Amino acid sequence: MSEQPAAGTVSLDKTASETRRRFSFRFEIDPARKESPWWMTIVSIVLALLACAIFIAANGKNPWLVYEKMFRGAFMSEFGITETLVKAIPLLLCGLGVAIAYRISVWNIGAEGQFVAGAIGATAVTVYLPEMPMSLTIPIMIVFAVVAGGIWGALTALPKVYFQVNELITSLMLNYVALLLLDYLVFDPWKDPKGFNFPGTPMFTDAQMLPVLGDTRLHLGLVFALVIVLIYWFTVKYTRWGYELRLIGANQDAARNAGINIKKHILIVMVISGAVAGIAGMSEVTGVTHRLMYGISPGYGYTAIIVAWIAKLNPFGLVISSVLFGGLIVGGYSVQTMGLPSSISSMIQGAILFFLIAGNMVSKFRLRRNG
Amino acid sequence: MRETFSLEMKQIVKQFGSVIANDHVDFNCKPGEVHALLGENGAGKSTIMCMLSGVYRPTSGEIYIHGEKVKIRSPKDATKLGVGMVFQNFRLVQTLTAAENIVLGEKSSFWRGPRWMKNKTEEIDSIAKRFGLAFPVDRPIWQLSVGEQQRVEIVKTLYRGAEFIILDEPTSVLTPGEADQLFLTLEQMKSEGKTVILTTHKMKEVMAAADRISVMRKGRMIHTIDKSDTNEKDLARLMVGSDIAPVEIQGRTRPRGELLLNVENLDVYAEHGRKALNNLNLKVYKGEIVGVAGVAGNGQSELAEVLNGLCTWKKGKITFNGVEIKTASVRGAIEAGISHVPENRMKSGLAGSLGVVDNLLFKSYRSEHRSKYGFLKIKSNREWSQRLVEQFDVKTPGIDAPVRQLSGGNQQKLLFAREIDRKPELMVAVHPTQGLDVGATAGVHRLLNGLRDEGKSVLLISEDLEEVMQLSDRILIIYNGCVVGEMRQEEANRERIGLYMAGIREKEEEAV
Repeated sequence: MSEQPAAGTVSLDKTASETRRRFSFRFEIDPARKESPWWMTIVSIVLALLACAIFIAANGKNPWLVYEKMFRGAFMSEFGITETLVKAIPLLLCGLGVAIAYRISVWNIGAEGQFVAGAIGATAVTVYLPEMPMSLTIPIMIVFAVVAGGIWGALTALPKVYFQVNELITSLMLNYVALLLLDYLVFDPWKDPKGFNFPGTPMFTDAQMLPVLGDTRLHLGLVFALVIVLIYWFTVKYTRWGYELRLIGANQDAARNAGINIKKHILIVMVISGAVAGIAGMSEVTGVTHRLMYGISPGYGYTAIIVAWIAKLNPFGLVISSVLFGGLIVGGYSVQTMGLPSSISSMIQGAILFFLIAGNMVSKFRLRRNG
Repeated sequence: MRETFSLEMKQIVKQFGSVIANDHVDFNCKPGEVHALLGENGAGKSTIMCMLSGVYRPTSGEIYIHGEKVKIRSPKDATKLGVGMVFQNFRLVQTLTAAENIVLGEKSSFWRGPRWMKNKTEEIDSIAKRFGLAFPVDRPIWQLSVGEQQRVEIVKTLYRGAEFIILDEPTSVLTPGEADQLFLTLEQMKSEGKTVILTTHKMKEVMAAADRISVMRKGRMIHTIDKSDTNEKDLARLMVGSDIAPVEIQGRTRPRGELLLNVENLDVYAEHGRKALNNLNLKVYKGEIVGVAGVAGNGQSELAEVLNGLCTWKKGKITFNGVEIKTASVRGAIEAGISHVPENRMKSGLAGSLGVVDNLLFKSYRSEHRSKYGFLKIKSNREWSQRLVEQFDVKTPGIDAPVRQLSGGNQQKLLFAREIDRKPELMVAVHPTQGLDVGATAGVHRLLNGLRDEGKSVLLISEDLEEVMQLSDRILIIYNGCVVGEMRQEEANRERIGLYMAGIREKEEEAV
């Protein structure tokens, strides 16, 4: 290898491999590196906003003003903040649901279906047990939502555990099953007879609604979500079962060596994952829409995947990221007055995920001096 | 130039970090020969072949092909120079057909209509037929048997016009019948003027197929010899080394106790129905170290897995501490007092991203001392971890530091701390000093001896003969899933063990 030019000098040799030698640095993949540094998340959000700025500018709007208006709309007024939190509740709950599955590398992308299943379960209480006091109705609704969401999760977990069916496919397809079941219910058996053919159940009674804060739309679901955040954090950190989950997440082979039954854990975790998303569905029908209706979820279950990923599955990170994404949705509405579509927030969401994944990839590389 | 050699590698050195995998290795081939590269696992055979095929680049050294100095920087360069390699783990796309896999990466034509593909398929088929490598060309790879997949790989190298074909441990995945078929193919290749390089550690194949043989040991080229000038015994001696280094015998301090582990007539099947353990018998007494020597892949890992409840068995009886073990259960093995130091500590022994405390808790977190009512006893666990770290002298930035930041030696100390703290009756240690430096190795040996002196038992499965001979009270040699030889420490020598390991001694005994 004595013929190589010294680092930094320019070789006149034109062969491809020699040209490569001219640079005195090279990129290498660091095999030990599994996670990107924490600031990568912030960098990718900033880069996503910059990239989207190009599209906003191409629409003839000043991106800086648009972002400012979005921020004001989402966070700078009481109405904005409470609306942001209202959107953050289902995102946080669904995000918690998928995060617990992702912790042990079970790729549940079925939070959307589990959310709908939970909403259907909660509504079943209003249909079949209509006359009950609130102190009974709400807990029963929670139980029904948990069972319905849990069954939806189990439908993904059972084939995975017993027949090695890829959970990505089953959980995704079960989303459509849940959505079509919802359509069937609101178009036919559960349709409001006095609803002018609107595809939805009758409005819930006061006893079937979650209490709200003052005259805002912010409802008790926020408390559910925060309680589950604390339970999740405590369980993973301080309990024996949480330790087993951490072990499975870190190294499945090693967990098997420690005598942990991985299949059983996958089953339990998927049921819990579905149940938490089910609670999200319940809190949405009882807290916000007050009826089960067509198109109950604008894709909370899918957005939750990004929310969980940005938070790196950390429960407190999830609180921040779900508020951020709730703000994005609300901010998207507020720029409609400027003549931009509200789907601008979907564009930003997508861009953030895109840069986040790219950032994950890039942070595996390290710069090495040739020599 | 000496035109007799079509391929020459001179003074090749390859370093991985501080480990020298190849130490000034010379290797050469004559045109139209089958050249066997013989050596134990870790002798550096695959490393040097990877450099020839462009997967690795040599740290220093020169390669000549037909007398011309070449630089092989990538597998593409190697293909251009006529070097093709069939890896032990195939590089095939499971969902594409055999023919599609073979033309994959070809840049010659942009438009690939059905006619192009048909011509190519016919061309591939004719190559395959000519060399006696039959496989269904139009079937996707996942439908083919392992033997057929290997044929696809071989045809791929031939199709790309390889003159030098490297087969890395080709028979390790084949049934005996498929292996015989492969040797016929080698003859055909030879007659067409191809040079075949075969890396292996199986003596029988070498004697059956090779024209010339190069023996490597511990990263060095020991000898190159014509087959006609040698025999199996000499080769075995070259492979394990006959230099009788004065092995420091660390004898026992107290007599061995009663029978602890008794394995009788054990049969274990691995994937693809391969018989990994074949009527294996093994006894371990209390207070002794039993060494299991053997070339890798003769059933060692399955033996360790069975004893630790990771793998189930078809036939046979395992008795531990007077109780018959009926089913494979990891929990059962842990509770019975069997400790496991696995083969690859970062793959199955430790969780790299978790901290020291979590890694120490692995097997004891269910016990009353470590958790109560399902809650971990965080504070006392931390104190306990701190104590263990100090007691076993694990150098770590802190007890919360992810263990992948620790050096290999300290990771192994941590693993031993965990396994020894449980006061095991039996420790199954698989390659416990692999990749460790001299100091850390000595530390591990001290720990193993310490266990024995306390009246505990150790089953030491290792490829490092020196280590086995130095530590073990008894040495068992495993070959083809069966214990073929047993000797006491005093009567052991490298040569005898080497013959058993190569499966030669067994054959003679059968013949008698």
